[in-house]
Amino acid sequence: MKCFVGIDLGSTTSKAVVLDSDGEILGRGITNSRSNYEMASAIARTEAYVTTRFTLFERDLAERLCDQPEQERGALSSALQRAFRLQQYLMQLESLERTTEDLLDTRRYAPRRAVVRPRLRDIFGRLQDEAAALFAAGAKRRSDFFRDIAGSAYQAAAEDFADPQDAPFGLLLALYDKAILEVENEQLELGFQANIGPALERVIAEAEPAIADACRAAAESAANAELDEVRAVGTGYGRARLPFPRDQIRSEILCHGLGAHAMFPNTRTVLDIGGQDTKAIQVDDAGIVTSFQMNDRCAAGCGRYLGYIADEMNLGLHELGPLAQKAERKVRISSTCTVFAGAELRERLALGERREDILGGLHRAIVLRAMSLLARSGGVDDEFTFTGGVANNAAAVDALRDLVGENYGERQINISPDSIYTGALGAAIFALRDVQREAMKSEESMEAVA
Amino acid sequence: MTNIPPPPMPGTKPILDPKSVVKDRSMEFQKELIGSYYDRLARSPETGEKTVATFVPGNLAELIQCFGLVPILPEINALQSGMRKQSGHYITEAERMGHSEDVCTYVKCDIGMFHEGNVGPTGAVLPTPDHLLLSYTGCFTFMKWFELLREEYGCPSTMLQVPYQARGEITPEMKAYVVKQLKTEVIPALEKLSGVKFDIDLLREKLTLSARAEDDLVAVLEAAKARPSPIDAYFGGVYYIGPIFTAFRGTQEGCDYYRVLREEVEERVRQRRGPTTPEGEMTDERFRLVVEGPPNWTNFREFWKMFYDEGAVVVASTYTKVGGLYDRGFRHDPSDPLGSLAEYCLGCYTNLSLPKRVELISDYVEEYGADGFLINSVKSCASFSAGQLLILREVEKRTGRAGGFIESDLVDPRYFSGANIKNRIESYLQMVEQKRAAGATA
Repeated sequence: MKCFVGIDLGSTTSKAVVLDSDGEILGRGITNSRSNYEMASAIARTEAYVTTRFTLFERDLAERLCDQPEQERGALSSALQRAFRLQQYLMQLESLERTTEDLLDTRRYAPRRAVVRPRLRDIFGRLQDEAAALFAAGAKRRSDFFRDIAGSAYQAAAEDFADPQDAPFGLLLALYDKAILEVENEQLELGFQANIGPALERVIAEAEPAIADACRAAAESAANAELDEVRAVGTGYGRARLPFPRDQIRSEILCHGLGAHAMFPNTRTVLDIGGQDTKAIQVDDAGIVTSFQMNDRCAAGCGRYLGYIADEMNLGLHELGPLAQKAERKVRISSTCTVFAGAELRERLALGERREDILGGLHRAIVLRAMSLLARSGGVDDEFTFTGGVANNAAAVDALRDLVGENYGERQINISPDSIYTGALGAAIFALRDVQREAMKSEESMEAVA
Repeated sequence: MTNIPPPPMPGTKPILDPKSVVKDRSMEFQKELIGSYYDRLARSPETGEKTVATFVPGNLAELIQCFGLVPILPEINALQSGMRKQSGHYITEAERMGHSEDVCTYVKCDIGMFHEGNVGPTGAVLPTPDHLLLSYTGCFTFMKWFELLREEYGCPSTMLQVPYQARGEITPEMKAYVVKQLKTEVIPALEKLSGVKFDIDLLREKLTLSARAEDDLVAVLEAAKARPSPIDAYFGGVYYIGPIFTAFRGTQEGCDYYRVLREEVEERVRQRRGPTTPEGEMTDERFRLVVEGPPNWTNFREFWKMFYDEGAVVVASTYTKVGGLYDRGFRHDPSDPLGSLAEYCLGCYTNLSLPKRVELISDYVEEYGADGFLINSVKSCASFSAGQLLILREVEKRTGRAGGFIESDLVDPRYFSGANIKNRIESYLQMVEQKRAAGATA
């Protein structure tokens, strides 16, 4: 099967999208690895191919079990995906344990080694015991990234197993912090073929033989499917580091414009708020960018602003939006400077303002910055598509909806649950179109010769 | 059939020829001229030559020469400091003295330089001016700048009020007003300073030389209409305007320089050669652009590289017109010496109204066959930046060509965010490419 890949190397996460020759999305992958762009690109791509094979698995299973209700097939597939994620998690956990053990063997830890080692084993023992529950049906995880999931489980276990005298909490945490960096830099075999076997056995252990056989056959066929990567196009801040030829690298402005057009064909204005930059893009009816504006000199009003605020408030990034939505009145935040906002936040808290109200104000402040960029790029036309990590924040979306309404009137605002993949999708479409265009040219020249 | 090679991929031809990194005669000549000017300036305390500080837009070079005076050009000193990576330090020095972060960085760089020993680009100490001649008032900051310098240097100053072309034209009254001031204020002040009596015939001689150099400069700039363009009219252009915008308008050396330059450029056109870049001649012209706004000086090479790496050549720019819009027909005129000096002051690019600027840029886009236009909006200069977004929209509307917008500063290195600017330029050029491709298939 011919595949066309788009890779978006962002400042916070890296994303990959795989398309087939018809432009259908086969798979998506994401990683928060920021250790280096080549690694991030490799991980996101592996992940996208994993989901691609799951797509193939589902298609194959649908044929094999066509008499089964779709819902049941869906349940099987999601159980398999959860088991697969668990398998990946266990592999990474094993690597993490090995790495911390190795670190402990360095001279630095010699004095405490004997006491710390059993504590580490206790911690990892618990992490392994808890793993299955993390990936059980309906389980809520704080994040989908190994660093976050393992980190919070490790921290909780370390608190319990630490010993203030000989194995203090700080030391255990320091071991984790060092080890996770190495694990993120390690090429682990996290692909479909390597992990589907154990995952499948877990899922079909109690299934009827006919269903188990169908699953096994579908998984085998998905694992063996030949995925021929015809072209990959890279985008995002790290694009210059991608091991691609120059003409296979595109600016994220163009990719976001085209990606948004692919998701919502009537899009005319795109707002993308990413980790480090905010882009306001105008596109025509073919998804071609006609004008754009970006923040410059300063990252105020970008995703990182929210990250910084979350750190200041000791909250998870995902918790900000829901809290802000509980605001009864929005505190006016005058500074959109990321650093000053921290000071303003503490001042407001000291003045007795409610946390929710302050957060409401902060979300409005970040969107106000975006409104200025939108105005500069040519305004907000109908339809308006909001993308980037911040589009997942409901409070930011509310603020945007209000401000767009106030300034431009009624607008159809599109937000896709997969909006984080917009840039990668655009890049993948470019990959597909480039190949199609070259084929057309080559045909023309053949005809000319004939 | 099987032996037919596939068609070349777009963009596989090399953009630059690194083997062709050579210094043209004109480059050496330009360097010699500017070097000799700074030497003359540095030696003025010994030679007894008196100096006059003045600005590039509306500069009265020929008139100053008539009195045997040497001009000091604070803007040029500031941009030279920027290129030599000294400006950041000078700006900090000025801020330490109390100048706000929002003050024009040319001003702060100049004041900081003075306080740090006034060392010029050649390494020699520059003299303090004997007189301040403000011959262009369209930039309000110029006035404030000279007020500060007057405090610093304690020397006399003369101000020539130049009315702004608010309605987009120079009226006879405006011209008469400037001529009157030249007669009653500027000339008497310079006579007093130099002890030399004003000789209008000497001025006529100098203006004759000016007009000759101006003809050649226009030929050089307009050569960019050729494909490929033999010059980069922005990054190369700032070197070309150097002599005529500073001390060499109205001089024989100036004339000689522009003759040499013109011959070189015309030869390039005949040989269908692209422009010279620091990394070799451009061999594949992929984008033709018009640029509005001054360049960034602190990262000039890096900034230029962002263009030539992509095969983008600037075919016309407005910045190269701040010292005169010669390509629109103006010439210094020996038959109307004071009148043409007045028209010169009134007609420089920074004195144009917004609609006139829109018109000029739109005309450039058409005349030079540009694929698009790019605005570099500098933080320091409100004269330039105010209204630039409007210019962007309006020129886009009139020409149908894609406009781009980047932001930096003149000489404050803190406002040059390389990664951001590169990202925007690349995005912009890809947008132009995409539009062009869509246009070709439509």
